[in-house]
Amino acid sequence: MAKQRVKFTFPQELITLPIIYELGKSFNLVTNIRRADVTEDRGWVILELEGELEEIERSMQWVASKGVRVDPVQGDVIEG
Amino acid sequence: MSYARALRCKECGREYPLDPIHVCEFCFGPLEVDYDREAQRKVVSRERIDGGPPSLWRYRDLLPCDADRAVDLNAGFTPLLRAPNLGEVLGLRHLYIKNDCVNPSWSFKDRVVAVASTKALEFGFDTLACASTGNLANAVAAHAARAGMKAFVFVPADLEPGKLLGSAIYGATLVAVDGGYDDVNRLCSELADRYEWAFVNINVRPYYADGSKTLAYEVAEQLGWRAPDHCVVPMASGSLITKIWKGLDELAKLWLVDSVQTKVSGAQAAGCAPISNAWQAGTLSVRPVKPNTIVKSLAIGNPADGYYALQAIGESGGSAVAASDEEVVDAIKLLAESEGVFAENAGGVTVAGLKRLAESGRIAPDELVVAFITGAGPKTQEAVAGKLAEAIHVSPTVASFEQAIGERKGVVSSGG
Repeated sequence: MAKQRVKFTFPQELITLPIIYELGKSFNLVTNIRRADVTEDRGWVILELEGELEEIERSMQWVASKGVRVDPVQGDVIEG
Repeated sequence: MSYARALRCKECGREYPLDPIHVCEFCFGPLEVDYDREAQRKVVSRERIDGGPPSLWRYRDLLPCDADRAVDLNAGFTPLLRAPNLGEVLGLRHLYIKNDCVNPSWSFKDRVVAVASTKALEFGFDTLACASTGNLANAVAAHAARAGMKAFVFVPADLEPGKLLGSAIYGATLVAVDGGYDDVNRLCSELADRYEWAFVNINVRPYYADGSKTLAYEVAEQLGWRAPDHCVVPMASGSLITKIWKGLDELAKLWLVDSVQTKVSGAQAAGCAPISNAWQAGTLSVRPVKPNTIVKSLAIGNPADGYYALQAIGESGGSAVAASDEEVVDAIKLLAESEGVFAENAGGVTVAGLKRLAESGRIAPDELVVAFITGAGPKTQEAVAGKLAEAIHVSPTVASFEQAIGERKGVVSSGG
């Protein structure tokens, strides 16, 4: 089993959709939310995913395909 | 010895030992170094600092690593130049340029990597690594060479060849990753979990980031131990502006300066301005963007410290601005022609931002202002190539020279 920490950033039009619920139902993963900030026009959620590595990778592609931005928890690590 | 006492979560305040970790296990918030202030106050003085070396290691008591075993290329203690000519153009009577172009690998990243590489050796790592678009990669490669460490530098595959050379020359392993910034970003985050390497801006980031504070220390010392009224700082991850603000605050807490009323303002390129956009929208929530600018050294679309940068700007009474690529190029030329400092694109962002802040009255004419120029122009010559006056070609005779110079003068005078 692997664990991965990720940050989801939701555009306004996706905020009301139960994407994390669907993620847990559609993939064999445990989702564990640690920190979040969601208002009516924006939102981000930092969570840990636990499951097989391939399942995590497939699930991240699915989340990204929905229009949610997926990043490592520390944000961008590329620097000038 | 160091007076660092623990790592502390910026979000929930939980403390951790001084290990190569960067994220709180509880809330996944970022960790930063916490110091024993009482012990520091007993030791640190202006005289002790003045007796130190002419490098960032003069602030050894304020850094999170053991300076006796420093990876030392003499980074830091760069010139603080009074800038009367640029000040006159911008209507600022007390303008200074902090010229960090003159660091060992020609950018301020030598400060953070000096600290990160020293700490990495303390931890027992034999390999330094980073994800970068240029300046950080150069600094990591140079310091790894100095320390006798291996270096792995990850860059987007479409990076200009000239930027790769500045790392390859030091013997670093260059890894050109197919894909965009997001792909390199994701890959390096995963590799940091998998390999026993010191990724300077991932697993040793808390120590790395504290190297930035030396910019603030130096400016205050070079001004005769006083804090400036206003700092203008380029923003990418947002870490630098946060640490300059924190560095000034620390000096006051250590009684090295009387009080700090400094406003910190940040500048970004309009093609990648998530922090400035949030500031203009009046929110602390940073929305990620896809970078589209010539200023690649600041092209961070989802800045790790954006929230904290906005807090520092807000608490200090500063502001955030964004400048177009055209303004950046004009500002690079303006700085070079007025003060003799050739900055890379990020320096153009600083000066273009400074110009906007001065024109809009957000910097008053009598404020003591410091503009931070963080990297040297020869690294990004393509930004101004083709936009400067061409050389005058002459035969090796006086007559040829005088004819050519006459024609050039004619062009200048007829052109206005």
